[in-house]
Amino acid sequence: MTTNLFDIFFLHEGHAAHTTDYMYMGFAVIFGVMLLHIFSLYSRSRNLQKDMALLKDLEAE
Amino acid sequence: MEDKPRLLSIFNVLSLLLLGVATWMSLYYAPQEAVMGDVQRIFYFHVSAGWVGMFSFFVAVIAGIALLVTKDRRFDVVGMAAVELGLVYILINIITGSIWARPVWNTWWTWDPRLVTATIMELVYLAYIMLRQGIEDPDRRARFGAVYAIVGFISVPLTFLSIRFSRTIHPVIIGANDPSAKGTFDMVGDMKTTFFFSLFTFTILGVTLLWHRIRLGLFAEKVEQLKMKVLS
Repeated sequence: MTTNLFDIFFLHEGHAAHTTDYMYMGFAVIFGVMLLHIFSLYSRSRNLQKDMALLKDLEAE
Repeated sequence: MEDKPRLLSIFNVLSLLLLGVATWMSLYYAPQEAVMGDVQRIFYFHVSAGWVGMFSFFVAVIAGIALLVTKDRRFDVVGMAAVELGLVYILINIITGSIWARPVWNTWWTWDPRLVTATIMELVYLAYIMLRQGIEDPDRRARFGAVYAIVGFISVPLTFLSIRFSRTIHPVIIGANDPSAKGTFDMVGDMKTTFFFSLFTFTILGVTLLWHRIRLGLFAEKVEQLKMKVLS
């Protein structure tokens, strides 16, 4: 116990670094980029469906 | 677009569920790393994103070979889809690596072999997308894409092996570390479980997204063909 307290106070051992903010930043990037990609897929699909509908109308005329 | 296959719907739900569980495991189930603290939890998704990216580039090689052998342009759609997915996930890999490096290496960026080769790999495939757009003829574009995907794949093993065969500060979690590596750690039981679960999750997620992107590419081809027909 004495050794542990000594290590903690004088050698800064036994304590993890406070890096929680970086962790949040990392997960925000991961989910942010993934969501952007999925939205991009959805958006392109919706535009193509609109194009297809328009082209089918033009073809029928 | 054609009706969504039932298996793809299953993959959608499965990906979402697995991603939820993997996130919970990374944040709560895996123990806090003793020195680096919470930032180490990024590692599970950082490596998994790298895996999806590199595997996607490998799929692009297979699609490229298939295109050159069969001349079937649908393989060009597969190759393009795989490259796009690879780019997104390697980008996640690079950015999360940089965020991890800030508190651990005390810098956002350093000219380490792994960081440099990973960035070159990303740029090689970014150039693939840009150069393709400059080619009008679809057959020529497909052949160019196939050859480029095959040649460009050299950057993938270079990136993977860069931390194993060169002097680097990037840690090697599975395998022997360079003595100058900074931020290495031993994975305990729950960390290993979280790591392999995340790899599995991202593999399923990668397959799901690739499938969606291929369907989108094939649909875009159909729209293009109809456009030609209407205009002629």
